[in-house]
Amino acid sequence: MFKYYGKTAPYLFLLPAVIVLAVFFFIPFFQTIFLSFQDYSTNIYHAGFAGLKNYVDILHNPVFYKVMINTFIYLVAAVPVLAIVPLFLAILINQKIRGITLYKILIYLPVIVSIVVAAIAFKWLYAEQGILNYLLNVLHINSIGWLTDPKYAIYSVIIVTIWKGIGYYMMIYLAALMSVPKELYEACDIDGAGFLRKHLTVTVPHIMPTIALVTTISSISAMKVFAEIYVMTKGGPLNSTKTIVYYIYEKAFENLDLGYASAMAVILLIIVMAFSLINIFCFERNKYQL
Amino acid sequence: MTGVNILKKLTKNFWVHVVLIFVSILSIFPFIWLLSTSLKGSGENIFAYPPTIIPQDFTWANYVGVWHKVDLMRYFINSMIVAGGTVLLNLILSSLAGYPLARMEFKGKKITFFAILATIMVPFQAIMLPVYLITLKLHLVDSVNDTMGFIGLIMPFAVSAFGIFLMRQAFLAIPREMEEAAIVDGCNVFQVFWKVLLPMVKPSLAVLAIFTFIGSWGEFLWPSIVLTKETMYTLPVGVNNLQGMFSSNWRYIAAGSIISTIPIIIFFLAMQKYFISGENEGAVKG
Repeated sequence: MFKYYGKTAPYLFLLPAVIVLAVFFFIPFFQTIFLSFQDYSTNIYHAGFAGLKNYVDILHNPVFYKVMINTFIYLVAAVPVLAIVPLFLAILINQKIRGITLYKILIYLPVIVSIVVAAIAFKWLYAEQGILNYLLNVLHINSIGWLTDPKYAIYSVIIVTIWKGIGYYMMIYLAALMSVPKELYEACDIDGAGFLRKHLTVTVPHIMPTIALVTTISSISAMKVFAEIYVMTKGGPLNSTKTIVYYIYEKAFENLDLGYASAMAVILLIIVMAFSLINIFCFERNKYQL
Repeated sequence: MTGVNILKKLTKNFWVHVVLIFVSILSIFPFIWLLSTSLKGSGENIFAYPPTIIPQDFTWANYVGVWHKVDLMRYFINSMIVAGGTVLLNLILSSLAGYPLARMEFKGKKITFFAILATIMVPFQAIMLPVYLITLKLHLVDSVNDTMGFIGLIMPFAVSAFGIFLMRQAFLAIPREMEEAAIVDGCNVFQVFWKVLLPMVKPSLAVLAIFTFIGSWGEFLWPSIVLTKETMYTLPVGVNNLQGMFSSNWRYIAAGSIISTIPIIIFFLAMQKYFISGENEGAVKG
């Protein structure tokens, strides 16, 4: 094809987006790394070069370990549920039965609604004399402090994240299920395979890449949780629900310890980038046509 | 089909429905319970055991009360301005940037491509502090004036790699003959883009608009960092603030939360085919 555009045209088209990405992405990215080597802990106006001080401090901070353990609990508790339950629901919904659209709308609703409203709704369910404790009492179990007992609080918050994610991942699986050849199921029916065997031998192997994709994206979102915690517990009680993003927020915007917060941000960056690299190069090549 | 088979089919679907109804109820129950609480008058104990879903002392008073005490309309308008501006900028910047990446050859194309791809890997939460410092330095905050405040709320999300790649793919799918014909007719490159190509990628623009809108509408972290004035609050920030204002008045908190949710539910029901048709999967940012 003949070239119908001038030398500068491509750059003109790219310019606005590149400016925005430069100012609000690339500069902050490098500034985060730069700030992580600065010391703001004594005076927020005059920082000095701190070398690895912030990183060393972090490694000596018991709260940081607590935060990392919490983040790890979040991953281990939320990701398997978000990888498996939505798949099961997608399989159920992927058949010709009545009311499918209504089911999809209702199950997708939590995805659409603001996380703040969702967190408030759950806070109300979790209230000391709330409906969940009533249900426990009906089952002759003593009331528990869903958000006030350090033993349970993080799981109560994780439930909100799971509840809000199920519909989203279900729709991803549903799209993947459409690509499974129907003949394979028919073959199974002829062999008389049951529900479980049918899906374990046909569906699961066929959509393995999607299962892996859901695992990585739900891991990345679990690493980034903030609003649920901010609205429901503010990281408490006793730091039991504090995860890494919440701790970065607290250090940066409440304690104004910019260097320390940035060093933790770099740690978050490294973890999330590792997950993302796997994602982009293994599962989403088509999306970006690499 | 024998009678046994019909029975088998019925019972099989029966259990499918049981599971799906159960999950559907779990999905909406938190809202139902919030709605129920918001409609209970002061004559009814909202902590009553056993709890009642249907309000015994039914009233709209909590809605009237919260509406008068909190400027929810203001929050709604603020959210509309921010979400509207974010959507508009994303449509313009993503399609502009997606076009040369799909269709043109130029020096530095590969590096631009990978630089944009790299931004997908960087979570906003990790760079939010310098983004805030830069926004302050550019005076894009509500303490300067409201307009600057809105610009500051919008700009960090004015374009995303996701949008650029979505538009790039849309342009890649258009046959090259379309452009060639337009060039022969005497169009220059900007006219080709504006008059020929852009109308052909409308479906992708719609997808981008809808998912950007949902994302921007629910955004909580960034506005809660930059906003200082209550009159600038977006809905999520305003709703979170209800907790502080009414401390233990759960009737008001519930009523305010329900009001704030109505617009997005209407939007969702109107646009449901984009969300649940199974064609745009992976469109929402993870």
